[in-house]
Amino acid sequence: MWDFQWTLQILPDLLGALGTTVQITFLSYLIALVLGLLIAIARRTPFFGAVLHAATEFIRTTPLVIQLVFVFLLTPAHITPMTVGVVVLGVHYAAYTAEVYRSGIEGVAKGQWEAARALSLPARRTWGAIVLPQAIRKVIPALGNYLIATFKDTPLLIAIGVAELLTEAQRIGSASFRVVEVYTVVGFLFLLVSIPSAILLRRLERRYAAV
Amino acid sequence: MDFLIQRLPLYIDGAWITIQLTFGGCALAFVLAMVFGIMGTIRHWLPRAISTVYVEVFRGIAALVLMFWMAFALPQLSGFRLDDMFAAILALGLNVGAYGAEVVRSSINAVPKAQVEATVALNLSWFQRTRLVVLPQAWAQMLPTFGNLVIELMKATAVVYLIGVADLTAVAQNMRESTGETVVAFIGAFILYYLIAQVLIFGMRMLERRANRKLGRTPPRGKSLKSLAQSTPVGSAGGTF
Repeated sequence: MWDFQWTLQILPDLLGALGTTVQITFLSYLIALVLGLLIAIARRTPFFGAVLHAATEFIRTTPLVIQLVFVFLLTPAHITPMTVGVVVLGVHYAAYTAEVYRSGIEGVAKGQWEAARALSLPARRTWGAIVLPQAIRKVIPALGNYLIATFKDTPLLIAIGVAELLTEAQRIGSASFRVVEVYTVVGFLFLLVSIPSAILLRRLERRYAAV
Repeated sequence: MDFLIQRLPLYIDGAWITIQLTFGGCALAFVLAMVFGIMGTIRHWLPRAISTVYVEVFRGIAALVLMFWMAFALPQLSGFRLDDMFAAILALGLNVGAYGAEVVRSSINAVPKAQVEATVALNLSWFQRTRLVVLPQAWAQMLPTFGNLVIELMKATAVVYLIGVADLTAVAQNMRESTGETVVAFIGAFILYYLIAQVLIFGMRMLERRANRKLGRTPPRGKSLKSLAQSTPVGSAGGTF
C-alpha cells in the first residue's frame, strides 16, 4: 500500500513547500506582533479605542478562511495571493495578540503609572521605558502560543491558492491520483515543526514564568 | 439589503450545517477532552503517556490537514469512504479535543491539594473523589477556556467547504459566483457567523455562572477593579494554543 520510492520522490517538493509555509508564518507573525501592540495601546483612547475593540472582536469571532477569501476577491489582481495571505493572517492574529498585550499592560501595577506621572515623564518614555518592558515580559509565553497557532493556520491559504504545504500536496495528489503518501507526509511534517516548537515554548514558559 | 432578504433561506441552510458541525465537533471534542484529560492526571505512567501522545499529535496537526487526510487519503488507504460531514466532525473533534484535554488536565491539577487530602481522610474511592470533589471544582475552572475553544471550533468549521460540505462559507461562495456581488454575498455570511458566535459566547457564560453558583461562588456584580484584575490572569489570556 505504502510506496517508499514514491514518498522519497515527493519529499523534496513538500520540503520546499514547508519552507514557504515557515516563511509565511514568520512574516504574518511579525505583522501580528507589531500591529497587535499598536492596537493594544490605541485601545486605551476613548472613542477610537471602542471602534478598535469592536473591529478586533469581529475579526476574532468570524472564520479566518472566509476573511481570506473575501479580502482576496476584493484586492486588485496585481497583488499576489501570497501577499494577501500574509497580511490577512497577520491582521487576524493581531486581533488576538492585542488581547494578550492588553492583559499584560493591565497587569502592570498602578504604582508604576503613578511613579511615571510623578516624575512627569512624557508618554513616550512612560510606555517605552516603564510599562511595556514589564508588560511584554510577562506575556512572552502567551505570544509564543500564537506563533504556533499561526503556523497551524497556514494550510487555510489553500483557499486562495498560495503554494504552501497543503496546496502543494493537493497539486501532487491530483496529478498522480495517489494521495495517501502525500497527505500522510504533510501530517508528519506538521508534527515535525509543531512538537519541537511546543517543547521550546514550554521552556520559554518556565523561564518567564509569571502569573 | 433586498439581495440578502431574498436569499435568506439559502443562508439559513448553510448556517444550519455550520451549527450542526459545531455541535457535533463540540460533543466529540468534549468527550475526548474529558477522557484524555483525566487520563493525564492518573499516577500510573501508561494512561499518562497515552494522553500525552494524543494531545501532542492532534494538537500538532492542523485540523484542515487532518480533514484532507480523512476525506481523501483514508478512502484510498482502506477503500472505505467516510461521509464528508462525518469526516469534518471527526477532524474538528479530534483537533479541538486535544486542546481541551490539556485544559482538563491542568484544571484538575489546579484543584487545591487539601481538597484531595480531605477525600483521602474521608476514605472516598478514586471514583467518588473525582466525581464529587475534584471535577465540580475543576469544571468551573475549565469553562472559560472551553468557551474560547467552542468559538475556535465554530470558526474552524468554515474550512469544510474545501472538502465539499455546503456550509455557510460555501453558500457565500456560490452566491458570489451566481450574482457577482462579492461584498453583499460575504457580508451575509459574516453577519451570521458573528451572530452564531455571540449566541455561543452567551451560552458558555450561562454555564460558567451555573458552575460557580453550584460551588457557592456568586458572580461579581459590576466591574470593580478587583474583579477585573482577577478575571484576566496574565499569561493565560486568549486560551491555550
